[in-house]
Amino acid sequence: MQVLLKGVRVLNPDQNLDRESDILIEDGIIKEIGSIETGKYQSAKVLELAGKICVPGLYDMHVHLREPGREDEETVITGSNSAAAGGFTGVACMPNTNPTIDTAEVVRFIAEKSKNHLVEVNPIGAVTNGRKGESLAPMLELADAGVVGFSDDGDVVKTSSLLRSALEYSKMIGAPIIEHCEDASMAGGAMNESKVSTQLGLPSIPTVAEDIIVMRGILLAEYTGGKFHVAHVSSKRSVELIREAKQRSVNVTAEVTPHHFTLSDENIKSFDTNFKMNPPLREQKDVDAIVEALQDGTIDCIASDHAPHSIEEKEMEFIYAPNGIIGLETQLGLALTELYHEDKLTLEQIVEKLSINPRKILGLPVPQISEGEKANLTIIDTELEWEVDVDKFKSKSKNSPFNKRKLKGASVAVINKSQIFYNDEFMSI
Amino acid sequence: MALSSNHLLGLQGVSKEDIQLILDTATTFREVLERPIKKVPTLQGKTILNLFYENSTRTRLSFELAEKRLSADTINFSKAGSSAAKGESFKDTVRNIESMKVDMIVVRHESAGVPKYLTQISNASIINAGDGRHEHPTQALLDMYSIRERLGQIEGLKICIVGDISHSRVALSNIYGLQAMGASISVCGPSTMIPWEIETLGVKVYNNIDKAIADHDVLNVLRIQLERDAGVLIPSVREYHNYFGITAERINKNNPNVLIMHPGPINRGVELSSEVADGPFQIILNQVTNGVAVRMAVLYLLGTKPEE
Repeated sequence: MQVLLKGVRVLNPDQNLDRESDILIEDGIIKEIGSIETGKYQSAKVLELAGKICVPGLYDMHVHLREPGREDEETVITGSNSAAAGGFTGVACMPNTNPTIDTAEVVRFIAEKSKNHLVEVNPIGAVTNGRKGESLAPMLELADAGVVGFSDDGDVVKTSSLLRSALEYSKMIGAPIIEHCEDASMAGGAMNESKVSTQLGLPSIPTVAEDIIVMRGILLAEYTGGKFHVAHVSSKRSVELIREAKQRSVNVTAEVTPHHFTLSDENIKSFDTNFKMNPPLREQKDVDAIVEALQDGTIDCIASDHAPHSIEEKEMEFIYAPNGIIGLETQLGLALTELYHEDKLTLEQIVEKLSINPRKILGLPVPQISEGEKANLTIIDTELEWEVDVDKFKSKSKNSPFNKRKLKGASVAVINKSQIFYNDEFMSI
Repeated sequence: MALSSNHLLGLQGVSKEDIQLILDTATTFREVLERPIKKVPTLQGKTILNLFYENSTRTRLSFELAEKRLSADTINFSKAGSSAAKGESFKDTVRNIESMKVDMIVVRHESAGVPKYLTQISNASIINAGDGRHEHPTQALLDMYSIRERLGQIEGLKICIVGDISHSRVALSNIYGLQAMGASISVCGPSTMIPWEIETLGVKVYNNIDKAIADHDVLNVLRIQLERDAGVLIPSVREYHNYFGITAERINKNNPNVLIMHPGPINRGVELSSEVADGPFQIILNQVTNGVAVRMAVLYLLGTKPEE
């Protein structure tokens, strides 16, 4: 089976590649790049892509697929469909499932579920057994089974001594320890601590609860030489700490979610539980600091923290509603609308943060757009204007605060594992 | 005259005119409470649900009495005894009860935002009887009524709210309401009990009770939650009383004219000495009586509001 991508702008900063070209893909492999006459490959399905951009397949290093355990909210397959629809060819799924991803069996279970899907699913293993913060999970065994990083996400690694051990032990693997940075003794609030929490009378989580754990991780990474990755950074001070640490060449990386560069705690005034997440939406000064940190490279990548919840769980009194929103299908649109079209980031930077850097952090190869390589591609239309409609999502859940929001820019097609997702359907190629 | 909203969710953003209308209407009902037969037929045929997801004695009694004196039919729901304990969602509970045809809902809940959420899932007129640490508008209205009754007017007064401001729903409603009426507001308490950036609400912060007494016309003193706070927000109840407790000695020394209020229930010997709680400086029991009249006024104004 052949597919011919006609007149597309091929962009891969990892290869210093940016030119208009045609691409012929045969049986999932890039066979030819250049000026290819239509007719040369008579049986090829031709996609006319003038004005569109072809980049290495996008990758989201922080999603919750809920399987095993909460298949009513999301499954490996529905989450992968959601990823493909959002323009992603790969995701890393967090281990706070039931059972936890802390044994090779669970890793193999997920691999089995996802093996025929276009989207590559790389599990993140738990740092500690059951994410309980008592004893280290079998990290070498998990890595052998296919885990690409470690996290007790949802919770912080309970003690400094366990985090130290994890950072040292994972050096044998080269995989990062991904921290949900929140001091547990200051956790439990329903929103950011600010003048807005004072006005709304909601129990609050201060930014310093994040900053303390970011600093702890930086100090331990510096001490041990381990790889420390800050999940969903949200505070101005944390960003400053990461920037300083990078200047000292500490092995630290960071991601941010689209909601943390798009929304602020002012949105909580609606008491809409779709604005409730952890870390909570912060103040505008934090949002501004995050955008600056995306610009100067302090924040390496954008990740959705895709967190599906059922309607009945989210439709609840504010303090009881669970944290989290889904994000796979709005992430690229938000990044393009809020960062690219607002002249905050270049397209190259967008590709770095949504494709290249997350893979590098997890030690995964960056797809190369070259003849003979497997085709792992996302085709983007930066100018497409659309309105978010949760009812059209591929995700099993609908908990998005961005419903009805107008966005500019979306994925047109994704190609990976000898499959294409285009015009709302999957096909083998 | 009619209120500009179909609900009373809080006092944030409520106009001076609306507050004045409620207080003036309460004056009429206050007079009814002095009659031998303390009942009027105003809300005959209306059904009011008292939806209490959190323990409350005086607010609930006050609302029930106000409803009965307006001749409304009342039904009561409390979390402990009903479907919430069996795992029914809040929304299902409300929709079920509302199907029995309810005109108004008086709600108390431990989560901020629930009264607003109710307006989205119910067609009834909603009255907030306290949501989390957010607002408790009828308490603030009865405080304002009592101040006006005693001092003639609210405008120009200096009023200080004393105690655990960060865990209080009374404080925010008082701040919003009294500011709308032209008073200047301060708060006084240990710094651990002052909410984050409360100055952004135009409020002055005191950490010295003697100075607070000296500088204000009225002190609205809040209850200290003994079980929750001691050892966490304050070292001990004893230390709190020694440094923030209001005693007759402190009042006489700093400002013998100061008016003392308290929403109750009082911890005697903690935030107020017994001498103060029973003394000439306070209007605590007037507040309780006025509470019924103010709640009657709110229920009446919302319950008889013409359809738009």
